Amino acid sequence: MNDPSVSTTLPSRDAKPGRAAPLPVTIPEEKILSCVHCGLCTATCPTYTLLGDENDSPRGRIYLMHAVVQGRLPITESVQTHLDRCLDCRACETACPSGVEYSRILEPFRLATAQAQPSWKRRADWFRQVVLLRIFPYPERIRRALTPIRLLQKAGLYEPMERMGLWDLLPARLRAMLTLVNASVPAGPPLPDFLPAKGRRRARVAFFVGCVADAMFRHVHWATVRVLQENGCDVVIPGGQCCCGAIHYHVADEEGAKRFADQNVRAFPVHDVDAVIVNHAGCGAMLKDYGHYWKDSQTPKRQEFAAKVRDINEFLDQLGLVPPIHPANLTVAYHDACHLAHAQGIVAQPRRLLSQIPGLRLVPLPESNMCCGSAGSYNLLHHDLATRLGRRKLENILRTGAEVVLASNAGCLLQIEREIRRARAPVAVLHPMELLDACYRGEKPRGTTNGRMARPSRAGRNTSGNVAG
Amino acid sequence: MVGAENLITRPSELVVYECDGYTLEKETPPAVVFPNSTEAVASVVRVCREHEVPVLARGAGTGLAGGATPLGGGVVLSLARMKKILDISLRDRMVHVQAGVLNLELSSLLSDTHWHFAPDPSSQVACTIGGNIATNAGGPHTLKYGVTVNHVLGVTWVAGTGEVIQVGPEATSAEFDWIGLWTGSEGTLGVATEAWLRLTPLPLAHRTFRVIFQSVEDACNAVSRIIAAGLIPAAMELMDRGILQAVEDAFHFGFPSEAEAILVVELDGIPIALDEQERIVAQLCRDCHAQEIVSAASEEERALLWRCRKSAVGAVGRLSTGYFIQDGVVPRTRLPELVRRVANIGCERGVRIVNVAHAGDGNIHPILLFDERDPDEVRRAMAAGRAILEACIELGGSITAEHGVGIEKLPLMTALFSPDDLDVFWRVKRVFDPANIMTPGKLLPPPPRLSQQDEKNGQPR
Repeated sequence: MNDPSVSTTLPSRDAKPGRAAPLPVTIPEEKILSCVHCGLCTATCPTYTLLGDENDSPRGRIYLMHAVVQGRLPITESVQTHLDRCLDCRACETACPSGVEYSRILEPFRLATAQAQPSWKRRADWFRQVVLLRIFPYPERIRRALTPIRLLQKAGLYEPMERMGLWDLLPARLRAMLTLVNASVPAGPPLPDFLPAKGRRRARVAFFVGCVADAMFRHVHWATVRVLQENGCDVVIPGGQCCCGAIHYHVADEEGAKRFADQNVRAFPVHDVDAVIVNHAGCGAMLKDYGHYWKDSQTPKRQEFAAKVRDINEFLDQLGLVPPIHPANLTVAYHDACHLAHAQGIVAQPRRLLSQIPGLRLVPLPESNMCCGSAGSYNLLHHDLATRLGRRKLENILRTGAEVVLASNAGCLLQIEREIRRARAPVAVLHPMELLDACYRGEKPRGTTNGRMARPSRAGRNTSGNVAG
Repeated sequence: MVGAENLITRPSELVVYECDGYTLEKETPPAVVFPNSTEAVASVVRVCREHEVPVLARGAGTGLAGGATPLGGGVVLSLARMKKILDISLRDRMVHVQAGVLNLELSSLLSDTHWHFAPDPSSQVACTIGGNIATNAGGPHTLKYGVTVNHVLGVTWVAGTGEVIQVGPEATSAEFDWIGLWTGSEGTLGVATEAWLRLTPLPLAHRTFRVIFQSVEDACNAVSRIIAAGLIPAAMELMDRGILQAVEDAFHFGFPSEAEAILVVELDGIPIALDEQERIVAQLCRDCHAQEIVSAASEEERALLWRCRKSAVGAVGRLSTGYFIQDGVVPRTRLPELVRRVANIGCERGVRIVNVAHAGDGNIHPILLFDERDPDEVRRAMAAGRAILEACIELGGSITAEHGVGIEKLPLMTALFSPDDLDVFWRVKRVFDPANIMTPGKLLPPPPRLSQQDEKNGQPR
């Protein structure tokens, strides 16, 4: 649908004369009207599933936003709360038969309401200003901030301290963040500028490193580039690249996000490579959206860049995976990261890759496409709902009897790992590339016993509900 | 009674509850309550009765006739938080659930057994069991498996008096068929809070195919020929060219763009019997000038085909910003004539109409498209809708098959029923809801013999 937008001014409770004047924003009313109010989205919405109030459903939120745009409602605190509660998981977009671009309604709206707030209020939020905007987007700063925790982990004190409830003494958002730190894994050195293909060269790709992904998941990066090499890809790792900008964008710092975007667009030699590879869903979704977010002279370049971006699962599936030789005798469940399944529509590809690992048994995970509660920085800002979703995910994982649960996104990995750790469940939480990498190298996947663990078998039970011939 | 966290009274939160899937009429309710138990529902109803405040039950709000729209200012009683599965007993072929459980959730939950819950309204991903009972919901597989009432073994019912009545689940033939009476009463006789539902074995095999026709009439004729030949497929679903455009846009199934009508036929049962049935159906379709018959090649393709059909109505947003959907039903053999009349009505009044139909049941859903911002277009669409339903009545049919009367078809009740018929309905209603607080202004037009004041008070003269 083209974009005949109406320019409207959001009525704001803070819009008192002489103080912060409301900013004129462009809300695409046609996009709102494409919702025919059928309600098929409600059941897929994690917050509606938990809370049962239509104000916390996609249909309800669109209705609220429409009422605000029409001037029927001011942006009250309760309207803001219901909109803030949205995880932006975009499960509703997958469910919507009318193709309503929910996220493209919500995000400009969120930006507009945030900008309508007096700026001192935003600046007074230390967590947003310092942690989200000043630390998160920079891998070195994250690593430094993590040092004390890593030391505690090495000394074996982290988990006992967590169980003693020591973290409860900290401010809520800091506490939430602390509990999410993953186990210390040998990260390996920083990635080099170039890694050559093994065997016949099939493609030349550039690899996106990111921020949190680099600081906490460099081992996943190494696994990913090794898998690319095994699949005949020359891998270029351009210097000068930076965070994708998603954190800034989602906490309504649009300018900050744009600066990062343009830095990345400059850093990547898109004409020189077949694809820009990204291995975490949240970053991938953001990179793919560069072309949509801002309209200025740089737009064509951003679109060109975005068109080259491929998630690693998507890319390998398209390229044709070189099947690994070594088996993984494991029962594995796959969790659909929202920003992979709903934002990028990548559902079948990772499953097809996994099905080519010898010995591996992929079991269906109930509610696999429901958000785990991580949702970018959501688990830091809406701790209670995020934790309830995390528990629900954990219960579903445990029901499958899987020894490994896979997710293709940093946030999901952290959130799920925390739940598994707290439940002391014998389940390894891995990125699919870690598993593939292990099977190319003939190593035991991290945290698993590779098939020696005795588990009740569900083989032979009809789990698909399909008994047809 | 329910706790502050289960009550909404802020205007900015109530707005969301002002309509359901039917958006032409709206009214913001004074309050929404979310009871968690039958007892809480009963307390709410008792308080409302005491204060003569109308009560309106709401499930997922996916209804298409305004059944959950609080016209007249009733308190909305949301059952969305009552979604416990209380018991699954495969040995008894039965599940016991609260009313807010989602229809599809039941079948997903049973996916590793050989059972499922058969009624499958197209909104089944989101709609609730309570709503299914209120509207006696159908669905594509109604043709073979029947509608909701055929699958309800027991109900916990809160009547308009605030009394809790449990019927079933054990069969007692020595009483009135209360479940038959309540199912489909659209909340006018009370609210179902819990239900015992019958489970249906999953068929051993399916044959699902799409048949492409040059005209909707040919497709309708094929349907009647198939039935006359003594076959009852699990489903026979029709989509016309207009709706196919939206569906194709949404799901990229690969329907031929020049097809005037597609009939989706599903046969199910014992594999060995299906070959012969499929042969007969194919032959009969060809006799009716079918152009092409294509079987679903895989379980994935079958699932996608059904997703196309079931999400067809929701995909209408790709054609138009506003729509409303009719639910006319006629004797199956009159379907071709009804289709002709619908097309004429659309032409005459300048309203774009696309059609989906449970053709096997003679139930057609003409979808009338309009732009909500153009009052004249809305008026013309509503008039066309009315004309379609009048045509249904003329052809010996009815104004609703499965969506319910709600507020949208209320004006036509007097065309369908005599004053004496309606009087009987009212006498039944008064037994369960003497104060007329349960879902007033839906399903039953105001009784002619009551003055407006009396009606408000629910007192017969």
